[in-house]
This record gives sequence, C-alpha cells and structure tokens, in this order.
Amino acid sequence: MKRVYAKEEACVGCRLCEVHCIVAHSKYPDNIIKAFRKGNRPAARVFVEENKPVSFALQCRHCEDAPCTRACITGAMHRDYHSGAVINDEERCVGCWTCIIACPYGAIRRDESGKKVAAKCDLCSAKEGEPACVANCPNDALVFEERQ
Amino acid sequence: MDYVIIGNSAAAIGSVEGIRQIDREGRITLISDEPYHTYSRPLISYWLAGKVTEDKMTYRDKNFYEVNNITPILGVKAEALDLKGKTVKLASGEAVPYDKLMIATGGKPVIPPMEGLDKKGIFSFLKYDDVREIKEAVSGGKKKAVIIGAGLIGTKAAEALVKLGLDLTVVELAGRVLPAILDHRAASIVQGYMENMGIKFELNSTVAKVLGDSEVTGVVLNNGKEISCDMLVIAIGVRPNTDLVTDTGILVNRGIVVNDKIETNVSDVYAAGDVSEGYALIWDSVMVLPLLPNAYLQGETAGRNMAGEETVFPGGLVMNAIGFGDLPMVTAGIVNPDSGEYEVLSNADSENCSYRKVVLRNNCIIGFILLNKIDRAGILTGLMKEKADVSAYKDRLLCSDFGYIDFPEEVRKSKLGRGAA
Repeated sequence: MKRVYAKEEACVGCRLCEVHCIVAHSKYPDNIIKAFRKGNRPAARVFVEENKPVSFALQCRHCEDAPCTRACITGAMHRDYHSGAVINDEERCVGCWTCIIACPYGAIRRDESGKKVAAKCDLCSAKEGEPACVANCPNDALVFEERQ
Repeated sequence: MDYVIIGNSAAAIGSVEGIRQIDREGRITLISDEPYHTYSRPLISYWLAGKVTEDKMTYRDKNFYEVNNITPILGVKAEALDLKGKTVKLASGEAVPYDKLMIATGGKPVIPPMEGLDKKGIFSFLKYDDVREIKEAVSGGKKKAVIIGAGLIGTKAAEALVKLGLDLTVVELAGRVLPAILDHRAASIVQGYMENMGIKFELNSTVAKVLGDSEVTGVVLNNGKEISCDMLVIAIGVRPNTDLVTDTGILVNRGIVVNDKIETNVSDVYAAGDVSEGYALIWDSVMVLPLLPNAYLQGETAGRNMAGEETVFPGGLVMNAIGFGDLPMVTAGIVNPDSGEYEVLSNADSENCSYRKVVLRNNCIIGFILLNKIDRAGILTGLMKEKADVSAYKDRLLCSDFGYIDFPEEVRKSKLGRGAA
C-alpha cells in the first residue's frame, strides 16, 4: 500500500503539513480560516520534529503488524480491510491511551479538543487523492508512494 | 476443520482473528458463559461511570460473528473437557467436538479469606454483570463504599464510584497506590490527585472482617480501624480461571502452561490470555500477564498456529496506560529496580503532576513511568522491545519532546523509510 514518506533533505520545518492536517480533519476541510477560527481545532496527526538544521514530518506508518490495533482495549483502532490503512474509530475510542504506549513511532496524539480520542493519520481516507500533508508540502518533502 | 474457542474476550477474539488470517473456511464455535456479544472488560468502569453507553461496550462490531462465520454459543458454560474424545461438554448437555481447542477462560477475582464474606453488598469488579449489579445497588440507594485494592482494577472502580457520588475509601495492603506499576514518587502524586477527587485511602492495611447481619454495614481493618459502608468491592486482582482443566492432564503451574506457539502440553489444545502463562520480555521469564494487549497477542498467535501457520509468540510486555480525571499515566517494564545493576533517570514537576522516569540496564531501557506528559511514550516501548542501546541519546530520554530526531540518522532513516514494518 501507499504510505507517506519524508525527505529530510527537502524539509524546511515550516509545519504547513501540520496546519493542513488540522484543516483536513476539522469540520471545515475546505476552509483554513474557519478551521482555525471556529469551534474546536483538532490535533494534527503529523509530527514535525526539528533539531536545526534537520527536520522531518512523521506520521503513522500503517504497520502491517500494528501494535496499536492489538493493544486497543475497545476495538476502535483497526485495520481497514479495503485500504489496508490503520484507522481509529473515534466514536468508539475512549482516550485510554494504550495505543500511545504501544506505537513505536510515537505517531498517535491525544486529541482533547472534544471528547478524548486518539488522533492519528488516516491517510486522509475521507478524500480522494494525496493526503493533505503531501499535497500541501511547499518543497515536496513528503511523498505518497509504495515501497517494498 | 472444527475450531472451538472457550471464551469471548480479548484472547478469544484474538484467536478468531488469528485463525481467519489463515483459514477462512474452517468452522469456528465460540462458547461463553456470559450472554453478551464480545465486550471490552476494561470498559466496565467507563460504563459504570456513564462514560460509555451499552452499545459502545462491544469489543468488535455487532456483525463480528457473522462476518467471521462463527457459531457463538453464549450464556452457556463449558463444563468439562474430554481430551481423548476431543469434545467440550456444555452445561446444556450438548457435546461440541473439536479438532483444535482454545481455552481462553480468563481470570477469576482474588478473594482473600476474611470474616463475613457471606453478606449482601459485596461485589467483584471484573465482568459486565459485576458492574451491572453495582449500578443497581447504587441506584437502590447505596451511599458509602469500601474498595479493597488500589491496583488497576480498584483505582478504576474508585474513579467510577466517586463519580456516581459515593463516599469512598480504598484499602490497600501495599504502602502506595498502584504498587505494581508505579514507584513511590509517582504513586504519591497520583494519590494526591485522587484524594482531590474525593477518594480516601487506607494504605498498609487490609480488611480483616466484614460487619453486618445479612447486609454489609462496615469493615474492620487489620489495624483495628472500623469504617462504616453499605457496599464492599473486592478488587485485589485476578488469578487464572483454570477450573475447566483441573485433573484433565493439561499442565497448570500458576496458569495453564503453554509453549512458544501457545499450545498446551496436550496436542491441539491451546490456552491464551489471563488463564495462561506466557513468556514476558524484559523479565525474560514465564509469568501470568493479565493484560489485554498480551491476551490478544497470545490469542492471535495461537489462532495462526491452530490454523496450521507456525507462528512464535514474540513475548508479552508489561505495559499499562491508565488515567484518572485529567491525569494520564503510562508505565512499562521494571519500574522499581531492586539492585545496583540498574541506572535510573528521572525528573519531576509535582505541581503539574508531571513525572518521567526511565530505568536502564546495560544502556537498554527496561522500564519507564510517564505521568501527565505521556505523549509518544511508545517510542520508549519500541526501544525497550528491541533492546536498543540508547547511550547515544541517553541525555534526551527524559525530555518530553524526545523523538526520532534524537536517533542517529541511519537508524531513523531505516525505521522511517521502509515499506511495511
């Protein structure tokens, strides 16, 4: 399956991936102003790590042997059998954070903007095309591709 | 192929999913003495507190049994095993034949001997029915509760009951709350937080006697102190529910003994989850690991083996995420080292209830506690599992923003650049 990969050398640490991730997962996915102004702003599901001059974005690796789905106490964290992506059903998630201690990439965030839920990259599965972080990276530091 | 699974919780569901990864056709019969669709046991405290509704209690989707082509026999107890004839005898009189059998009967509450256990108003805190009974008792006007045990079960029970407005005292034998997963420092922060929620603690003590005629009216502690209450919740812990295999020839130590394929000493019979023992990483020994992630993983491993795909159990990890109110915490591995061969790093900010402790042995992480600032804790878990030498970034382990940026470039790139992990 296609995953998002970072190119450290191209990343400038601007965090626009975080911004567009927030927008894409807000109630106003097509309106950045409303997404940031209105209501609860969701947590970004991508993490920009930086120690100048190095920076890169990191998000869920959608592991084949995903520790988070096995650790989940509610069954909310699951693999989507069609896309292969690891998805959290936020309706069923209770914010116990067992997935946070299970994920070796540290790719799951606590989102307490509304009811406590574990927020993670869903590859923008609600939309067609490239995930928002990839589509909006100004320096092509993120790619969405299949790798062995 | 006839697969029979006794149990309907994490290990059982793991078995089903393990089998179905390999075999879509074989018949699966799943037997449970509880009448419910598979539900999440850790959620019972959430349900009691009113944080989760009945329809959200299910551990898998409503159509799980249909989608996986399972015949569930729910609300019927598996009473006996005939290992020679390869059948499971049910309380209904029916005998269910198997080719491969999974025993995932879970745990039973530990009830220590004490005077007066025959009274009304005494509850366990393990199953859905336990909290249903507790809720009914509270609706019926119970006001004052004593909980025995300040472990994972007792503290979550306390959080729920205090939310329901009960006057509450937790009695704990050890000198601190959550003694198995916290150290003194973390425990005192957590205890203070819980006291602010209205929960009282009696540490270094236990209940010697339950008072009352037919109903509980109070308890007497071993130090002589008397506490009046109209409810008693026994939440000391669980022990393997091995009743079904007694005198069958299936080997039992503290729990059912299994090999690295989760098979018992009797061929075609497997056991997973709280009923069994399993190999624990870090401790490098075999023990009962009554934790949901471990139960699932053992079940899944067993299921694959049952379906003929040789799969080795990678080992279980002692790890817990738990929280009270707005104070989350995660802990894993050995957090209270008892000898000089360990190196302990820690920092604390008691005012913000924050605490971070990492325990090392030979420059490998073997345990940690993160209080409040728990984000990205799994990175530590991952390093612990792979026994990574962390000397290159040891000074960064206590930073709350510790991350992949701290790894050597080649390590980071190989971890983040690969296709499927």
